[in-house]
Amino acid sequence: MNFKIKTYLAKQTSAAPLVVFRMLFGIMMFYSIVRFWAHGWIDKLYIQPDFHFSFYGFHWVKPLGTYTYLVFVVCGLAALFVAIGYKYRIAIITFFLSFAYIELMDKTTYLNHYYFISVLSFLMIFLPANVSFSVESYLKKVSYAKVPNWTIDSIKLLLGLVYFYAGLAKINSDWLFKAMPLKIWLPSKYDLPIIGETLMQQEWFHYAMSWSGMFYDLLIPFLLLYKRTRLFAFIIVIFFHVFTRVLFPIGMFPFIMIVSTLIFFEANFHQKIINFVIGNLKFLRQKIAISNAIQIKVEDQYPIRNKRILMPVLMVFFAIQMVFPFRYFAYPGELFWTEEGFRFSWRVMLMEKMGYTTFTIKNAETGAMFVVDNSDFLTEFQEKQMSFQPDFILEYAHYLGDHFAEQGHENIQVFAESYVAINGRLSQPYINSNVDLYKENDSFKHKTWILPFNDVIKGL
Amino acid sequence: MIKKIISIFIIIASIVSCSSSDDAGSGSGNSVDGFNRQSMLTNWADNIIIPVFQDLNTQLADLVTSKNSFIAAPNQTNLEAFRASWLKAYKVWQYAEMFNIGEAEAINYYSKMNIYPTSVPEIESNIASGTYNLSHPNNQDAVGFPALDYLLYGVANNDMDILSIYTTNVNAENYKNYLSDLVNEMKTLTNSVLNNWTTIYRGQFVSSTANTATSSTNKLTNDFIFYYEKGLRANKIGIPAGVFSTNPLPKKVEAYYKSDVSKELTLVALDAVQDFFNGKAYNSNETDASFKQYLQYLNSVRNGEDLDVLINNQINLARSKVVDLNPNFTEQITTNNAEMTNAYNELQKVVVLIKVDMVQSMNISVDYVDADGD
Repeated sequence: MNFKIKTYLAKQTSAAPLVVFRMLFGIMMFYSIVRFWAHGWIDKLYIQPDFHFSFYGFHWVKPLGTYTYLVFVVCGLAALFVAIGYKYRIAIITFFLSFAYIELMDKTTYLNHYYFISVLSFLMIFLPANVSFSVESYLKKVSYAKVPNWTIDSIKLLLGLVYFYAGLAKINSDWLFKAMPLKIWLPSKYDLPIIGETLMQQEWFHYAMSWSGMFYDLLIPFLLLYKRTRLFAFIIVIFFHVFTRVLFPIGMFPFIMIVSTLIFFEANFHQKIINFVIGNLKFLRQKIAISNAIQIKVEDQYPIRNKRILMPVLMVFFAIQMVFPFRYFAYPGELFWTEEGFRFSWRVMLMEKMGYTTFTIKNAETGAMFVVDNSDFLTEFQEKQMSFQPDFILEYAHYLGDHFAEQGHENIQVFAESYVAINGRLSQPYINSNVDLYKENDSFKHKTWILPFNDVIKGL
Repeated sequence: MIKKIISIFIIIASIVSCSSSDDAGSGSGNSVDGFNRQSMLTNWADNIIIPVFQDLNTQLADLVTSKNSFIAAPNQTNLEAFRASWLKAYKVWQYAEMFNIGEAEAINYYSKMNIYPTSVPEIESNIASGTYNLSHPNNQDAVGFPALDYLLYGVANNDMDILSIYTTNVNAENYKNYLSDLVNEMKTLTNSVLNNWTTIYRGQFVSSTANTATSSTNKLTNDFIFYYEKGLRANKIGIPAGVFSTNPLPKKVEAYYKSDVSKELTLVALDAVQDFFNGKAYNSNETDASFKQYLQYLNSVRNGEDLDVLINNQINLARSKVVDLNPNFTEQITTNNAEMTNAYNELQKVVVLIKVDMVQSMNISVDYVDADGD
């Protein structure tokens, strides 16, 4: 066994897939940042709101006013440096840190695919994605033809995990036997040409999409792994992601996934991409001509340094990735309802959940009370996200309590009246309205003031 | 291979970019088996919204006439007639306030017609100075029905004193001018909203059948919910009953100076909301495509609860609580505010049903943040 692992770790392969992945990743991230900026979302999501919802333990990560733009500049530049392979290690670390900072500023904007980018960029810190086809290798006048096979496999593993866990999450009674939430989402796409008024309104189609979505997620990593099914799988990948992009406002995510899955292709395919890029960039061609005079020394194998630190870090990283999505087992109650352990688990497009939550500020001594107008404190988007997620509700309750204490109110109690509807069920009371949330503290413990879900969703 | 991949990407990009160009009038909204959204928009425009604005425009024309008679001869008879046209128009207004779309949205129509409580100091200072711009945002609380409420009922303690304001008062001319400008402004605004509907906007409204944040169904659904939550539930009942403040604010009721019609106006507004929900034509018992029918259609796809029935039942229950209140909400609040807050609580439950359950069923986005989803 030990021997097998050692031979696996020693196995070398062409660096082409890894360096192409680096370039495409960098370009897409750069474009994503530019796109985010161009839509005016930095201002809208991070600068305009007075209050920001923080992740547990990350209250210190806040937008920096106008300097928030600087974080995006740093992140975008880092992505560009990653793409061209200049100062790669510093660039990818900077990218990871700045991107993570952006995502941690306000959990209102949490998306699984942002988390995926964070995790992927963390992994890339440890991969030699700059050893050839990079400005760095040109400047150092040395490039490496081969890298350890596991470096490429680690990206495949992460991608596979994302898909597979997303598939596991779909094995539940709402998704498979009620075709929920697709039964809500698809009919509302009546405005699509041709299929809008026909397919999208058919019940069988909702079921077909639910089931095939589950099988797609579970099987696609394996279909991509095997050479004989790979091209077929890639066509399915393109179809699936384009289809979801047409249906839902999911921005860059489909493209990121489509491009990422290219890593499963053979080295000669990636070599062709390299040749194609070099062949098409006149500028590069001239540089290469000069460099041919200087001669880039092509070494065969890239020696991985610091293996003793690297290996344990990656082992722990993947162990966490595999175990973390199952942490919801530690909580009582229905996961979809309480959302305790819902995030960071590849539960993508899994439920339709909406809420309506209002807060009452009460003076414990006099009994005087009044209801808060949420729009005084939150943006519409924040209010929407707050209304059905208990950790948001608690954090906001504390913010309100502190705010009114500062205004001179005394003996403050904060009560929430909340109704939540999930996957087409009628809205039900969500939060125990007799519990003073100002006295409850956020923690990883079960939140006892969430009212029980009066239904069952079976499954993983 | 590379070229193939690139051509695939170009194809994807073009598919996506074509399909995400929203609101281009794609999707006729016509179908045999599905729900016909265009017929809902047509029903809203032709049988509800335009007739409401036509009626309101007529009422305001009457208001202008009775105002003119009053200014020509400020006597008790003309005052009574003026007041009667004011109340009649105010009731029709209850049907119109929720349609904050198109020209109404562009000119900020609602906030120039019914912001209350009206500001007496501002009205008085406008009158004293004799120079004012009634369409300026600063004057929102010095114009519209609430300002008329003050000038017709609250400007002095009794009818004789009120009449003397417009006759013997040193500033009588300024008072009459302000009254006149106020009413004319309301008429002009209403005319331009109606005109826009009948000339250009009706066509745009009816053909915008897509499901995007800027399409007709979505915008009007947002308006409907916003009006119910803010204009009706909060402004008419919640705020004066002190739900949002430490103490009740009985002076913040609608038509405070007329004083005995706050309940009547609320009941008309509740009818307007329910009629719109059910797709009932204005001033007729015909019903057509509506939220109700849409929910029934979606429900037949989904076998869920009969949401349309639940919503109608809850509105009826809320109405029964409002009916039991004193016609004068100020009195109701000062004598027994608990009944007022009870009515509020029932109205509140409708908010949950329309804002959570109905919106979820129709999968309509309630916010305009177009940020990415998962």
